[in-house]
Amino acid sequence: MAQKKKVTAKIVSQKQIAEQIFDLWLETKLAKEAYPGQFVAVYPHGESMLLPRPISICEADKRENRLRLVYRVAGKGTAEFSTCKAGDQLDILGVLGNGFPVEKAKGKRVFLMGGGIGIPPMLELAKDMDDKKQVLLGYRNKDLFLEEDLAKYGDVYVATEDGSVGTRGNVMDIIKAYSLHADMIMACGPMPMLRAIKKYAAENGIEAYISLEERMACGVGACLGCVCKTTEEDAHSHVHNARICTEGPVFEAGEVDI
Amino acid sequence: MNTEVKIAGVTFKNPVMTASGTFGSGMEYSDFVDLNKLGAVVTKGVANVPWEGNPTPRVAEVYGGMLNAIGLQNPGIDVFMERDIPFLQKYDTNVIVNVCGKTVSDYLEVVERLCDAPISMLEINVSCPNVKEGAIAFGQKADSLYDITSQIKKKAKQPVIMKLSPNVTDITEMAKAAEAAGADALSMINTITGMKIDIHRRKFVLANKTGGMSGPAVKPVAVRMVYQTAQAVKIPIIGMGGIGSGEDAVEFLLAGASAVAVGAMNFVNPYATVEVVEGIEAYMRQYKIENVTDLIGAVE
Repeated sequence: MAQKKKVTAKIVSQKQIAEQIFDLWLETKLAKEAYPGQFVAVYPHGESMLLPRPISICEADKRENRLRLVYRVAGKGTAEFSTCKAGDQLDILGVLGNGFPVEKAKGKRVFLMGGGIGIPPMLELAKDMDDKKQVLLGYRNKDLFLEEDLAKYGDVYVATEDGSVGTRGNVMDIIKAYSLHADMIMACGPMPMLRAIKKYAAENGIEAYISLEERMACGVGACLGCVCKTTEEDAHSHVHNARICTEGPVFEAGEVDI
Repeated sequence: MNTEVKIAGVTFKNPVMTASGTFGSGMEYSDFVDLNKLGAVVTKGVANVPWEGNPTPRVAEVYGGMLNAIGLQNPGIDVFMERDIPFLQKYDTNVIVNVCGKTVSDYLEVVERLCDAPISMLEINVSCPNVKEGAIAFGQKADSLYDITSQIKKKAKQPVIMKLSPNVTDITEMAKAAEAAGADALSMINTITGMKIDIHRRKFVLANKTGGMSGPAVKPVAVRMVYQTAQAVKIPIIGMGGIGSGEDAVEFLLAGASAVAVGAMNFVNPYATVEVVEGIEAYMRQYKIENVTDLIGAVE
C-alpha cells in the first residue's frame, strides 16, 4: 500500500450541489494512489479545531492529479471547508483505509447502493468497474446530487423518503419495486440502510461489502477511536474490534456486527 | 550542541518521547516519522490480558483539544511481547512500555513478564480516567499510590515511571507518595476528565459520557503542575499536555521537566514528534544553549 502522507492541496473549484452538500476538487498527487472507497482526512484551518475530518473520495483524476470530495456540512469543520474558494489551500492526510474489492466484482451483476452522503464513493467505484452495474440511490427528497454523474456508468434507480422522485422509501424499496437481482452488493450509507443490506444479503446468499463510519481522531490506526465490532477476533487487539480507519472503512458485511 | 538527557540512568538522544495511547507501538506512525530520531517510544498501555475497551463514540473534538474514552483497548501482554517489542527493537530508540491493570496483581503480572524484555523503562498507568476498575483508582489516593508503586518497584527490573493524574486536589501529594515508594521518575499529566453534550440530540457525545481531555487547551494546566511538582520532588519529570512544537516543549523543560512527550498533537500533525525535536534544537541555536539539560527548571 502507498505510504500515507499529510500534504497541502490547492482547491481547484468548489460549488454547492444540493442543500448542505458541497462539491470540491483538490489538486494533489495523492489522487494517483486513490482507490474507490478510500478516504482522506481534511484539516480545518482554525487552531481551535484540531482533528482532521474523514471524507470519502468521490472521484480521482489520476492524470490531472485531482481528487473530488463531495461532502455534507455537518458541523463547524465542514462549514469552514464550504467557505473555501478556488486557489485556497487545505491540508489533507491520505490516502486512508481499504476500499471496495473492485476485482472481486468481475463478471458479476453488482448493485452499487448509496444512501445520502454515502453516495459519493459510489462514483469512483462505478467508474472503475467494467461490468454492467445497477446503481441504487436513496435521498431524503427531490434535492438529488451525483445521479447524473452516476448515470454515465450504470442504470440508476432513485428512491426518496418523501416519494417526490422515483420510488418512495429507501434503496431496499427499489429492489422490491423493480424486482432487481444481483450477485454482489457494494454499499455506503446510514447505519439502518447498511443493516438492512446486511440482512438482505445474508438471506439471499449475496456477497456484500459495506463502508462504515465512526468518529475518528488519528485516521491512521493509532488511537483506536473508530472501532466496530467484528464477528472474528481482530488482528490488531484480538478483541473483536476492527479499526474502521485501517482495516475498513469497507468490510465484508458478514465480518462486522452492526 | 548536546540534546542528550539522562533519566534514572537511561540515556535519551533527545528529550522527546511519544505520549502513551497516541502512538500505538509506533507502527502506525512509522509511515510519517523516523522512529530513530525520537528519544523514546512510549507504547499504548498493555494489560495482562486483552481489553476490548469502551463502546463508540470514543473520541470527540472540543475547543482547542479533544476528549477520548478509548478504555485502554489492548491485545494483552502475550501479543505485545511477540509483535510490538520485536518491531520496536529494530529502531535505535528507547522503548518505554506503559502498563495498565484492574488490580495490583494485574500490574505485577505484566511487570514480571517484562523483566527480561529488551526495554528501557516501565511507565505505570495509574491515571486513566476511562476505565471503571483499577487505573485511576490507584492514582487518586496517596496511600494506594504509595502501595502500588512500592509493590511494582519490588518486582520491576527496569526503572519505573509513575504516570500521574491531574484529577486530584494536590498533585504534589501524589508525586511525593510515588517518590517515597521508590518511583524513579514521574510522567504527567494524564488527561483531565471532561464531558461534551450534543445539545441538538440532548445526548452525551461519548458513549462513556465522560472522557479524558488533551490537546493545546490543557497545556497551561500541565505546565503549572509540572512546575509545582518539580519544586516538591527530586526525581525527574516527563512533561506532557498539548505539546506540538519546540516552543511548547521548551516551556515544559523550563518549568522543570527533564523530558517531554507529544500526545494528541500527533493526530493534528503526524510529523509533530520530529518537528518538536527540531524546534528544541532551533531554540538552543537561537539562545546559544550548549546542553539541553541547562534548560531544565531554568525558569526564573
